[in-house]
Amino acid sequence: MKQLDFEQLKRTPTDQPLQVLNQDGQVVDQDLLPDLSDDQLVDLFKQMVWSRIVNDRTTKLKRQGRLGFFAPTSGEEASQMGSNYAMNKDDFLLAGYRDVPELVKHGLPLWQAFLWSKGHVAGNIYPQELQAVPPQIIIGAQYVQTAGVALGIKKNGQPNVAYTYTGDGGTSQGDFYEGMNFAGAYHAPALFIVQNNLYAISVPRKKQTAAKTLAQKAMAAGIPGIQVDGMDALAVYEVTRQAREWIVAGNGPVMIETLTYRYGPHTLSGDDPHRYRTKEEENQWHANDPLVRMRKFLEGKGLWNQQLEDEYTAQVNQEVDEAMKQVESQPAQRVSEFLQNEYVQTPPAIQKQIDDYQQREAK
Amino acid sequence: MAKMTMVKAITAALDEELSRDPKVLVFGEDVGKNGGVFRATDKLQEKHGKDQVFDTPLAESGIIGLSNGLALQGFRPVPELQFFGFVFEAFDEIAGQLARERFRMGGSRKMPVTIRSAFGGGVNTPELHSDSFEGLVAQVPGLRVVCPSGPYDAKGLLISSIRSDDPIVFLEHMKAYRSFKEEVPDDAYTVPLDKAGIKREGKDVTIITYGYMVRLALQAADELAKEGIDAEVLDLRTLAPLDEDTILASVKKTGRVVLVQEAQKQAGVSANVAALIAEKGILSLGAPVARVASPDTPYPFAQAEKAWLPNKQDIINQVKETVQF
Repeated sequence: MKQLDFEQLKRTPTDQPLQVLNQDGQVVDQDLLPDLSDDQLVDLFKQMVWSRIVNDRTTKLKRQGRLGFFAPTSGEEASQMGSNYAMNKDDFLLAGYRDVPELVKHGLPLWQAFLWSKGHVAGNIYPQELQAVPPQIIIGAQYVQTAGVALGIKKNGQPNVAYTYTGDGGTSQGDFYEGMNFAGAYHAPALFIVQNNLYAISVPRKKQTAAKTLAQKAMAAGIPGIQVDGMDALAVYEVTRQAREWIVAGNGPVMIETLTYRYGPHTLSGDDPHRYRTKEEENQWHANDPLVRMRKFLEGKGLWNQQLEDEYTAQVNQEVDEAMKQVESQPAQRVSEFLQNEYVQTPPAIQKQIDDYQQREAK
Repeated sequence: MAKMTMVKAITAALDEELSRDPKVLVFGEDVGKNGGVFRATDKLQEKHGKDQVFDTPLAESGIIGLSNGLALQGFRPVPELQFFGFVFEAFDEIAGQLARERFRMGGSRKMPVTIRSAFGGGVNTPELHSDSFEGLVAQVPGLRVVCPSGPYDAKGLLISSIRSDDPIVFLEHMKAYRSFKEEVPDDAYTVPLDKAGIKREGKDVTIITYGYMVRLALQAADELAKEGIDAEVLDLRTLAPLDEDTILASVKKTGRVVLVQEAQKQAGVSANVAALIAEKGILSLGAPVARVASPDTPYPFAQAEKAWLPNKQDIINQVKETVQF
């Protein structure tokens, strides 16, 4: 088993993506192959299949007007599910707006994720034991908050990590740098993941920075930076697992850059990627599909076949249907409840508005 | 009971709360060993340790982001922004994040954060130290904006703020830090949030103000009394949301109102108070609501503060005009 040298990675971040599986699902780095049981390998792959189906279903449901805001995730299954699979339920997740799959696999019921998409407060009411906050819309804000959650975890003496995601464009934000730098200065248990899918809406990654990699931005905070093949679930998993272990041991934060690609538009709110991407480029990345690679690997081990995939696909479709039933049976939101949720100790001026809206709503 | 300055009263409040609750954390730029640029956190790190009182890197968004994350982990952060003119660096973390978190999570989390920050003119600071930006945060739903006018209120309001489970921006006027003393009880006590204070009772006119202007208003009222004008001085204390009842009761009593703020006329919170009176107190008025405020330019160069800031005479002149309307 290859152990990453995190002290060395502080001085010299990787400038080539680490890889375990090639495009044909063959193991190219036996030393970095994670020590996962057959069941775990299948479980991780199922999460990727789940994410792809949920993405496709969500896209359709959005087009039918049954869901709202959605940032497509297909192409990023290895990056999202591979990294999330290495984390613990008691780790604290600060997701970006594209990181709904991680949130659901971290414990948020799917129907609540759908309500978040539709814009209903019930999607954001999290039980205390769910170590997460709703997806962050302000790019970079999750990074500075992660530093705070991580410092809190450290002060509470818990063996856990705060972990967060942003995209390639997000690395240009001030909060991106501040978050990593604060966590570094406090040796706080934080994991910063950059999902580099080559575009921030229409702006290519090369226009964000002249830096050769995004992983090297970790150097400015004095923390290890690692670039990994983000279409390779096993590489993403193993790098994240080792990073988490190193962080929990009290060594401070780590930043991981996953090289990935979104097949769909930036969001379903009108973006057309054909304005700024070529078909050739898209085809090239489709040939690099994270599901195909992992499927071939599992089939080679006799752990997966078409029948299993068909059965599982039917199961996920049913899960989506069940979630939509709950979504569509939610009561309408009340302004009086918004006002009641605003403060713990409601100021008198707000109480007057609550009383006023309650009267209107009773009519 | 001891006579103390406002800055000492603030230190005393922080000291009390750090002792009372180990989840209270005080942090910011130079608040640790240095004890703060105004000594507001003097010796607190020595007494309570580096886990509870600590310095941060120089980055305001990072500081409030840190607060927000710590609050999500069950702490009660009391971060400091060295000067409120630097609030823009942290505006998303305050207005976009902190103020909304409880609301956006449907009440399933609380954010007990008290942001302390110095502001206010009259002490010849360099650029962007003295600006009155309270109006910006007063427009943000989910926040409380608290501004004490002197030592007694400062201690009681700060203790109330830290104990509150809601986010608070606590603004400390630099001129009020050391320019006068008041009797302040030794033990912990609270001054209620959301409640204005009548600092001087009167029957002819209500001067509604906050921050250092309260002191000027009281001095103006003393002089006006010699001329037979009996002014009531109302200190808002919580600038947002407003204490509507106390404001309207005073307006009803006197029938005349002069709003005084240090901020520019287009800024501050006086326009909100005027609108409230127009909505709910207009039938009590015997004269138009008047405003004393700074001119609508950016905060002046230090040498021009005297010409620019509202002063006691401005208040006296406006009160006379309103009373004689």
